[in-house]
Amino acid sequence: MTVAKPLPHDAAHLHVTGQARYVDDIPTPKDTLHLAFGLSTIAAGRITAINLEAVRAAPGVVGVWEAKDLPSDCDCSPSNHDEPMLSGATIHYLGQPVFLVAATSHLAARKAARLGQISFAERDAILTIDEALAADSRFEDGPRIWEKGDAGEAIDTAPRQISGVIEMGGQEHFYLEGQSAMALPQEGGDMVVHASTQHPTEIQHKVAHALHLPMHGVRVETRRMGGGFGGKESQGNALAIACAVVASATGKPAKMRYDRDDDFMITGKRHDFRIAYRVGFDDHGVISGIEFEQYTRCGWAQDLSIPVADRAMLHADNAYHLPHARIESHRLKTNTQSATAFRGFGGPQGMLGMERVMDHISHDLGMDPVAVRRANYYAAEVEGGQPPTPSAPPRSLPGKMKQQDIASRGSEELVENTGATGAIAGQTTPYGQVVEDFILDRMTDRLLSSCEYDARRAAVSDWNASNAIIKKGLAFSPVKFGISFTLTHLNQAGALVHVYQDGSIHMNHGGTEMGQGLFQKVAQVAADRFGVPLEMVKITATDTGKVPNTSATAASSGSDLNGMAVKAACDTIRDRMANHLASLHQCGARDVVFAGGQVTVQGESYSFAKVAQMTYEARISLSATGFYRTPKLSWDRIKGQGRPFFYFAYGAAVSEVAVDTLTGEYRILRSDILHDAGTSLNPALDIGQIEGGFVQGAGWLTTEELVWDATGRLRTHAPSTYKIPACSDRPDVFNVALWGGANREETIYRSKAVGEPPFMLGMSVFLALSDAVGSCGDGYPALDAPATPERVLAAIERVRDGV
Amino acid sequence: MDITFLLNGESVELRDVSPTATLLDWLRDERGLTGTKEGCNEGDCGACTVMVTDARSARALNACILFLPQLDGCAVRTVEGIGGPDGHLHPVQQAMIDHHGSQCGFCTPGFVVSMAVAHLNGDQNHDDALAGNLCRCTGYAPIIRAAQAASDQPVPTWMTDTPPASLGSKIPSGGLGGRQPPSLSAPETLDDLATAYAARPDATLIAGATDVGLWVTKSLRDLDDVIFLNRCTDLQQIDETDESLRIGAGVTMDRVLGAVQDLHPSYAEMIRRYGSAQVRAAATIGGNIANGSPIGDNPPALIAMAATLHLRAGDHSRDMPLEDFFIDYGKQDRAKGEFVEAVTIPRHAPGLKVYKLSKRFDQDISAVCGAFNITVSDGTITDVRIAFGGMAGIPKRARTVEAALIGLPWSETTIRAAMTKMAEDYAPLSDMRASADYRLHAAENMLLRYWHEDQGIASNVLEVTA
Repeated sequence: MTVAKPLPHDAAHLHVTGQARYVDDIPTPKDTLHLAFGLSTIAAGRITAINLEAVRAAPGVVGVWEAKDLPSDCDCSPSNHDEPMLSGATIHYLGQPVFLVAATSHLAARKAARLGQISFAERDAILTIDEALAADSRFEDGPRIWEKGDAGEAIDTAPRQISGVIEMGGQEHFYLEGQSAMALPQEGGDMVVHASTQHPTEIQHKVAHALHLPMHGVRVETRRMGGGFGGKESQGNALAIACAVVASATGKPAKMRYDRDDDFMITGKRHDFRIAYRVGFDDHGVISGIEFEQYTRCGWAQDLSIPVADRAMLHADNAYHLPHARIESHRLKTNTQSATAFRGFGGPQGMLGMERVMDHISHDLGMDPVAVRRANYYAAEVEGGQPPTPSAPPRSLPGKMKQQDIASRGSEELVENTGATGAIAGQTTPYGQVVEDFILDRMTDRLLSSCEYDARRAAVSDWNASNAIIKKGLAFSPVKFGISFTLTHLNQAGALVHVYQDGSIHMNHGGTEMGQGLFQKVAQVAADRFGVPLEMVKITATDTGKVPNTSATAASSGSDLNGMAVKAACDTIRDRMANHLASLHQCGARDVVFAGGQVTVQGESYSFAKVAQMTYEARISLSATGFYRTPKLSWDRIKGQGRPFFYFAYGAAVSEVAVDTLTGEYRILRSDILHDAGTSLNPALDIGQIEGGFVQGAGWLTTEELVWDATGRLRTHAPSTYKIPACSDRPDVFNVALWGGANREETIYRSKAVGEPPFMLGMSVFLALSDAVGSCGDGYPALDAPATPERVLAAIERVRDGV
Repeated sequence: MDITFLLNGESVELRDVSPTATLLDWLRDERGLTGTKEGCNEGDCGACTVMVTDARSARALNACILFLPQLDGCAVRTVEGIGGPDGHLHPVQQAMIDHHGSQCGFCTPGFVVSMAVAHLNGDQNHDDALAGNLCRCTGYAPIIRAAQAASDQPVPTWMTDTPPASLGSKIPSGGLGGRQPPSLSAPETLDDLATAYAARPDATLIAGATDVGLWVTKSLRDLDDVIFLNRCTDLQQIDETDESLRIGAGVTMDRVLGAVQDLHPSYAEMIRRYGSAQVRAAATIGGNIANGSPIGDNPPALIAMAATLHLRAGDHSRDMPLEDFFIDYGKQDRAKGEFVEAVTIPRHAPGLKVYKLSKRFDQDISAVCGAFNITVSDGTITDVRIAFGGMAGIPKRARTVEAALIGLPWSETTIRAAMTKMAEDYAPLSDMRASADYRLHAAENMLLRYWHEDQGIASNVLEVTA
């Protein structure tokens, strides 16, 4: 059985030998053009004059386009049709593409793109949350508000109340492979596009729109990305469209990749948030009511900000039952890069707000933070228990959909009544979903025991009592992350499987490979369905010509959706083979067994290849599509009611840090993680996601600081100034284990999604820093993120001053 | 310029190469060797790491800011040449597969090359060898497991390169039909360099190109008139006496690190963090001084050690205390045609401590770099030199703080009183690395740290374990 084996990444050998091809590595025809954008140097205003003669005259330049020269508006938006590829007269952010250059080399295009002479009439830019609020600059008509019970009353009548605010910064994806695309013009005006994208269908659709082509005129292929993390869900649209426009206009292949600095300046990042909270609780730390106000800078265009902000609201509870809750969300429009998807998609921000509250309550009560958390956990799942019976489903809204954007998470909803369960008696989230699979109580027990939390808690106290300069901190944090696209109709996937007459298998599905190992996991599923060795299964590039209408590889959904679709396709073919053999042997199809590369029936054994040949010769199709739609979902995002998630994935971490109280510098000494990947499809790949996600999450909250200056210019636009974790920043001691329990829902082999959830385990590092800082005095650290050494030192001073 | 080098074991000769053509672009665009990746194009991510062997050593270098003329007489190995000619994997490649060290795979070739170089050189400090390779997927743990697993495997035979003689030295200095004579473009002796630079004082001197490289790849400047220093062995000498080390301006920082490891361990540790292995192997001490950056990390340490700078112009040499070289932001005491020839530091500076403060420990530009050299005799401070980078427009001594320490008893009271003088010496700026307040406050606290360290109180966060 190939499923559950810790096999290496399917391309590992290609990776280590340098043979793995990314978009920029694909050999190009000699006359290929290379593109670059000329960028705005102001954050807000209008272009009063533009002179591109020097650009046109620069060596190697073949063509220059302004917005007015394009065949259409070339909209790049995945949601609101508000992102023209080139600015036109109005400038919305510093770094916005204003014109496009095509030249004979990448360097020639970059050099020429700097020669544009543009005069601007600047206006005051809206850069901060406060400026946006003052100007009422926002997406949607007002704040989104979801309520459960009467939070205000519950807080006011609770024995204790606290309130506070946490600011958390955004995050640059820093995929090692920058954005890139290439367009190859075809006969009859068709276009083939190679794109580094998590969403080939969206690229197909945006390119088709730009060129006035039906979608069948555009084929998009993506073999792999050099990292995505959400940054290639919508941010590659502009490059693919630019290439297609130039290829269409010139008849020559066109390629574009952003230089790293351009990538920082042009593309969106994780949303930064301010979260204000007011909470009422008792002397044991049990929360009776809570109010959150979430404010986020969405940047200049809507992009995916609405569902990101929704997901922040959906994770405001994290792992805790909130009897009364009110969550208010402000989606603010600012003159900055358009913030976009990034691993967790708002979930980490919402969750960090809740964990801040837990930290604050613990400090207020002088209780161990783990005890406070446990006191508020959702009730444990009833093992073997039946799912709750359905109550009335939430009201369906007459979803007004925009035809062109339906495959994007940014599109407006289609509320679908799937017969799913709504809220019933029992512990529900603030949005009414019953939490029926809660396992964090048992996971917490196991993790605290394996990492010797109690003994280390005492050791940390001892250390801090006897060390004046270096203080240690220890913290636990849990994660409960909802799995499914919150735009319900995206929870579908297709697959295409062929078995050739030699028994080799060609597998294709709608998911994209960005390093997470999706292709290998799904190939393991295919091999298992046919009972053949993995080498029999050929993994092929994602291709909109093979599987249409795909959803983005996002929301951690890749293996859940595509694994099931491939399984369905494989089973269709396998059943045909089995039926054929059964008819030959005059037995039931169930008596035909596929295992070990053999097909056995009635004591007779054939090689899989032989059966493929026999089936072919019997004129039975050996090709099939597969399809999957996630069951049980129903969600009304306006009311904030329903079951947006098929299930929850869980995780927990304990981290220990040391802080230098003279400079605020710190190290992660040790992290222990216990994570729930259900019955893992591939434990090695899953642990890879957990280790990598954790370090990326810790980076978000520690050294990764985005700094914009007063003019709206991003000052941290390269790895020299924007510091993702380096090798020595991982925890000195780093223990990662899988929980191993099966998913109670019927997912592919009862596994669970693992892409995003571990990211949020990085919160344990941030909380450990807060713990260390808290040991310096009586005040509450109220640490903001990212907790750079500078912020840590400032928090130490606050604590010492007893603020 | 005309150059020759080995590429994955095969000889390459190039005529008339542009002085600022990068190895990375050449490999990818001209040779189709696309295994070497562009991640940042500024030497900060390591995706373009290649192995370069010269007569002295095999090193990992960033190909994105390595100009082709720098390779004359070297051997280059890219990821395509790390595996054996018959398709055999190098032990680090096999270990990376076995330990799941690649996810998206884009950084992997750079890691593999860095690991193979460390493996070749027997370097077991994996965190340090890989500090210049960024990975966004794995969290590094499996990569380190791979490096550890491969470390006891033998070095494959194909990894030993013998670099060829440089083409520059084969061509008579009369030059080739109209082209720049090699002796002018890549002088081999100090005198030739002095002559060439005196004749072309507007030429750009290029040693490791860790700074100039970015003028080309990021500022997109055209540098037509350049003088490469990599062939000038006179500049690459370290002369030791009983009292001092005279370090040639062309000595790379990895060699400086080796030379001061035992003499000045605190300075050595700062050098380790100042740049990754790839940067240290390219950057020179002369370049770090001559570019006059207010945030260069060497100058404060060298000033605290009372280093002497040696300048050369034509036939004329002169010496000065290093601190006098830095006049103002962007302005140094260097005449047209004059260049940094060497710097002399004492062998003994037992009171020296260098503190580098940055958001990230490894491969990050300092917010503040403080260097303290304090001598205490019989409980009294008898000598003190303190200098900072990142606190002013130039690397600068803390004269007022020094005055508040000299001659006083070595006590916390003295230290705390002197700390309050820091604001009289410095009015730092706020930028994306740190605020002015934080810089000043941290600088004050560094003096306190020095005191605590002297008293044996645990104050180095890098030395704490769980």
